[in-house]
Amino acid sequence: MFISAKGITKSFGNLEVLKDIDITIDKGNIVAIIGPSGSGKTTLLRCLNALEMPEKGTITFDDNFEIDFAQKPKKSVIKTLRLKSGMVFQSYNLFPHKTALQNVTEGPLYVQKKNRQVVNELARQLLDKVGLADKLNLYPHQLSGGQQQRVGIARALAIQPELMLFDEPTSALDPELVGEVLKVMKDLANEGWTMVIVTHELKFAEQVADKVLFMDNGVVVEEGPPEQVLKNPLEERTRQFIQRIMNP
Amino acid sequence: MAKMFLNSYLYSIAADMGGWELFQNSLWPMILGGIKNTIPLTFVSFVLGMFIALLTAVMRLSTTKLLTIPARMYVSAIRGTPLLVQLFIVFFGLGSIGITIDPFPSAVIAFSLNVGAYSSEIIRASIQSIPKGQWEAATTIGMSYSQTLIRIIIPQATRVSIPPLSNTFISLVKDTSLASLILVTELFRKAQEIAARTYDFMLLYIEAAMLYWVICFILSIVQDKIEHRLERYVAR
Repeated sequence: MFISAKGITKSFGNLEVLKDIDITIDKGNIVAIIGPSGSGKTTLLRCLNALEMPEKGTITFDDNFEIDFAQKPKKSVIKTLRLKSGMVFQSYNLFPHKTALQNVTEGPLYVQKKNRQVVNELARQLLDKVGLADKLNLYPHQLSGGQQQRVGIARALAIQPELMLFDEPTSALDPELVGEVLKVMKDLANEGWTMVIVTHELKFAEQVADKVLFMDNGVVVEEGPPEQVLKNPLEERTRQFIQRIMNP
Repeated sequence: MAKMFLNSYLYSIAADMGGWELFQNSLWPMILGGIKNTIPLTFVSFVLGMFIALLTAVMRLSTTKLLTIPARMYVSAIRGTPLLVQLFIVFFGLGSIGITIDPFPSAVIAFSLNVGAYSSEIIRASIQSIPKGQWEAATTIGMSYSQTLIRIIIPQATRVSIPPLSNTFISLVKDTSLASLILVTELFRKAQEIAARTYDFMLLYIEAAMLYWVICFILSIVQDKIEHRLERYVAR
C-alpha cells in the first residue's frame, strides 16, 4: 500500500459532503473516481492535497509521512503534503501573466528553490513530453484549451510529486481537444505514475484505471476493477448512473 | 460695498489691457511652482500612498480582527472627513500643540494618508477580482500566502487597478492646489500671489487651470501607455 486516506470527513456548513471515506492507492496505480455532480468526488480529490481541509481523517504516504486533520496540522506539514502531489484543474488555472515555460518553472524555482538552469532544462523536457516544445514562450491566452491543460499537467509534474491528481481535466475542453489531453495522461500512466482522476470519461477510465470508485452522496458506493464497476456493477445505484451516462 | 466691487472691476479691466504681457510674465513663475512643488508633492505623496494602500489592503484581506479593524477605521476616518480639514489638522493642528512640521512635509503626510485610504479600497477590490483558481493553483505548487500574493496575485491585480489608480493620481495632481492654503508655494499659490498684486484673477486662474490641464493630459497619455503594456498577456 502506498497512499491511504482514512476517515476523511468534510462538511460545508450543515451539509456533510464526505462521510468517513477510506481509500487506498497502490504505487503506480490509477484510480478513477466517478459519480454524479454533488457526490463529493471533487471534494475528496481536493482533500488529498489539503486544498480543502477535512474536519477529520488521516492521509499517509508509505510509512514516512502522516497528516492527521483532527488536530489542526502545521503549515509545514501541509506544505509537505502539497508537494507530494501535483494537481491538474478542470479550468487549467494557468498563471496568465507568465509564459508556458514560466508557469512550469514557478514551483521548482520559487518554492523548491532549485537551480535555474536545472529547472529550465526540466521544464523544457516536461513541455516536450506534453507535446509543447515549440510553445515555451507563449502566454496562456495564445494557447488552445487542450494546450493550456497540457501546460497545466507539465506544471504539476514539475514539482516532481509522488502522486498526480486530476480534477475533471477534460470537462472544460471542446470535444476535439479532449483526445490530446487524454493521450498525455495515458503516457503518464504507462510511465508508472500514481494517479487519481476524477472524470466523466468512462471509456478512458475503463482503458487506464486499475480501480474505479463510484461515489454518491458523500460515500463510496462501490469500488473495484473497471470491468466490475463499469460493466457489471454490484450496486443498483452504480448501474443506474452508468446507464444514464452511456445512454443519455 | 458696491463701490468696492466697482473699484476692483475697474482694476481688472485696467490690468486686462496688458493681458498678454501678464500671461507671459506669470507663466514661468507658475511653471516653476509646478516643477518645484506641485509635481514633487504629487509624486512623493502618491508613492508613499501606494505603500500605505497596499499594506492597508492586505490588512483588510486578512482573517485576523487585530489587522482588519485598524485598517477599516483608518479608511473610514479618511474617507469620512474633508481633505482640507486633514491638511489643516496636520499643519495648523499639530503645530498648535507643539509638533511643528514644515508646509511641504505636512502636505506630503496629509496627501499620502488620504491617497493611501482611497487606493487601499481599489487595491483590495482588484486583489479580490483575481479568480480563486489562481490562489489554488499557486497553493498546489507549494506557494505560501505571501509568495502567492507577491508572485501571482499582485501582478495580475496591478493590471486591473491601473485605470482607477490613474484616476486617483490625476485627482491628486489637482488636490495639491489645496496645499496653497498651508503656504506651500505650488502652482496655484503662485497664481494667487501674482493675482493679489495685479488683480487679474480671471486671467491668472484660467492660466493656472490650463497648466493643471496640461499636466493631467500628459498623465493620461502615460496611463494609456502603461495599460497597453500590461495588456500584453491578455486576450483581446
